[in-house]
Amino acid sequence: MTPRVFSPLVLFLVIAFLIGPFFIIVAASLSGGETLAFPPQGFSLKWVAKVFTVESFRESFAVSMFLAIGGTAMALVLGIPASYALSRYKLPFGETVRTIVSLPIIVPGIIVGLALLRYIVVPFGFNITLALFLAHTALVLPYAVRVVSASLNNLRSDIEEAAVLLGSSRAGAFFRVVMPNIRSGILAAFILGFVTSFNQVPVSLFLSGPGVRTLPIDMLSYMEITYDPSVAALSALLAFMSIGIVFLAERFLGFSRYV
Amino acid sequence: MSDAPFLSLEKLTLAYGDTVAVKDLDLSIRKGELVAFLGPSGCGKTTTMRSIAGLLTPASGRISLDGADITRVSANKRSVGLVFQSYALFPHLSVFENVAFGLRLKKLPASEIETRVTAGLKSVGLSKFAARKPAELSGGQQQRVALARSMVMEPKVLLLDEPLSNLDARLRLEMRTELQRVQKETGVTMIFVTHDQGEALSLADRIVVMLNGAIEQIGTPEDIYNRPVSRFVADFVGFENIFAVEGGKLKAANGPIALSESLPPDTAGFAWRPRMVTLGSGPFQGTVRGASFSGSTREYLLDTPLGAIKAEEDAGLAAHQPGTELTFDLPVAKAARLERFG
Ligand SMILES: Nc1ncnc2c1ncn2[C@@H]1O[C@H](COP(=O)(O)OP(=O)(O)OP(=O)(O)O)[C@@H](O)[C@H]1O
Ligand SMILES: [Mg+2]
Repeated sequence: MTPRVFSPLVLFLVIAFLIGPFFIIVAASLSGGETLAFPPQGFSLKWVAKVFTVESFRESFAVSMFLAIGGTAMALVLGIPASYALSRYKLPFGETVRTIVSLPIIVPGIIVGLALLRYIVVPFGFNITLALFLAHTALVLPYAVRVVSASLNNLRSDIEEAAVLLGSSRAGAFFRVVMPNIRSGILAAFILGFVTSFNQVPVSLFLSGPGVRTLPIDMLSYMEITYDPSVAALSALLAFMSIGIVFLAERFLGFSRYV
Repeated sequence: MSDAPFLSLEKLTLAYGDTVAVKDLDLSIRKGELVAFLGPSGCGKTTTMRSIAGLLTPASGRISLDGADITRVSANKRSVGLVFQSYALFPHLSVFENVAFGLRLKKLPASEIETRVTAGLKSVGLSKFAARKPAELSGGQQQRVALARSMVMEPKVLLLDEPLSNLDARLRLEMRTELQRVQKETGVTMIFVTHDQGEALSLADRIVVMLNGAIEQIGTPEDIYNRPVSRFVADFVGFENIFAVEGGKLKAANGPIALSESLPPDTAGFAWRPRMVTLGSGPFQGTVRGASFSGSTREYLLDTPLGAIKAEEDAGLAAHQPGTELTFDLPVAKAARLERFG
C-alpha cells in the first residue's frame, strides 16, 4: 500500500477506535431491552430516566462534584504560587521540583492510589472524604502547575516592576497585574483539573469506602450487581457533560493553547 | 535649576551575584536637569537606573534624593518614575486605567484621578484613546501611555530606559521634541538612557558617558562632542584619528613623532575629527587610498607613515584622485587632548 492510501486509513482507524465506543455507549443507552447490549434492542429513554432515580448515583455524583471542584480549587491554590515561583525565580532545584510535581501524570494511578492508601491513609487514620480530597488535589496539581506556568511564561515580568514603581507592594502587584492577566489560564487549568478529577478511577478505587465513593466507582459496583443499560445512559450523559465543558472552554478561552 | 545636588549617587557598586556590573560610581544631578546616560551595550546603564528606582539593591554605596538617603527605601516609596524600554503597560487595563493605576493606589478622590488622567493623556496627545487596550495601540502610542502613566505620579525623578529606541525615525524625532517639551513644562528631573550619541547631544543638559560599569566622562553636550577626555569617548563621538602620546611624542605606526608644542603633563593622546585634518600642506605625506562623496563633503582615506588617516574636505574643493600623493597636517591646536588612553 502506498502512504497516500495508508495514512488516511490509519487516521480513520484511530478515529474509529477513539470515537467508536462513544457511539456504542450512546446507542446502548437508548436500548429498549433489559440488559446492557449492543446492538440495542428497540428504542426507549427509560434507562436515561432511570439514572436520575438511582439514589447511590445521586450521592456519588455529589461526592465526585465536590472532589472535582474542591480538589481542583485546592490544587490551584497550591499550584498558582508554585508556578509563579518556578517561572519567576531561579530556584536552586527548580527543574527537579517541576519534575516531581508532574510525576502523578506519569506514575500509574493505581500505584498512587495504593501508596496513598497503604502509607498515608491507613497509618494516619484519615477519613475517606479527606483522603479522597487530598488524592484528587495531588492528581490535579500537575495539570494546574503546567497550565498556569504556560500562561505565566507568556506574561512579561516587568509589568510587576511597573506596578511596584507606581506604589504597589510586591504582593499587591501580583494580585493587581499578574492574576488578571493569567485569568484565562487559571480557568483552563480549572476545567482540565475538573474533568481529570471527575473521570478519575484508579486512585478513587483504592480510597473509596463505605458510604463515600465517587461516581465512576459507584458505576463499577452498580454494574457488578445490576447489568442494565442505565450505566450506559449515565456514561453517555457524563461524556456529553465533558464534551460540553471542553467545547465551551475552547470556544471562549482557546483551551487547546494551554494543554 | 539650583546648584545643590538633587539626586546623588556616591561610590555606588551594583552587582548581580558575583558579577559586578557597576563599580564605585559617583554622580550628582541637579534639580530639573535632563541627563543622558550614553554608552555601549552592557556598560551598566539599565543597572544604574534600576538601582535609582529601587529595583536593585546596591552592593555598596549611597543614593540620596531631595536631601534624604533613599538607599534602603523600597521601590514603591521612592517617588521615582521609570519608563521601561518595553513600556510594561498592563495588558488587561484600558489606557485610562493604566494611567490611573498609581493614582488609585494613592487613594485619591475619583474626581481628582479623572482630572489628572485626562490632563496626562492630553499632554501626550492620547485623549481619544483612553478607552483602548494597550494591544490596540501602536508602539509610539504605547510609549506615550507609559510616559503619561509615570508623569501623572509627579515623580521627583523620571527615568527613561531607551525611550526612543523602538520607534521609527520619524516618530523618534517627534518623541524627542515631546520629551523635551514635557520636561521643560514640568521641570521634572529626568535621566534617559540611549545608545545614540545624536539623541544625547540634542536632548540632554548633561551627558554621562559610561563604559564597563564606570563613568568615562560627564559633561555638557559641547564638552562631550568637542572635548572628549578619553580615547573611548573620542572614538564614540566620531574622532576617527586618535593617537597616543608618550614622552611628549605622538605614537605612530612607524615610530614616535616629535611634537613642536610642549604638552601638559597629563596628556595621554590626541584625537582629530576627519575635518580637522589639513590637506595640501603640512609636515606629513600620505597617499589617497579611497574617497567618498557625501553631498556637502568628501571623505578621504589616506595611507600614511602614521597609519591610516581619515580626512574630510568641502565638496566644493577639487577632488583628490585615489593614488595621489598629498601632504597633510594634524594641527595640535585643533585636536582634542585626551587625558586617558585606556
Ligand atoms: N539579571 C542579570 N544577571 C546577571 N548579569 C546581568 C543581569 N542584568 C545585566 N547583567 C550584566 O550587567 C552588565 C550591565 O548590564 P545593563 O543591562 O545595565 O547594561 P546596559 O548598559 O543597560 O546595556 P544595553 O544598552 O544593552 O541595555 C552587563 O554586563 C550584563 O551582562
Ligand atoms: Mg539597558
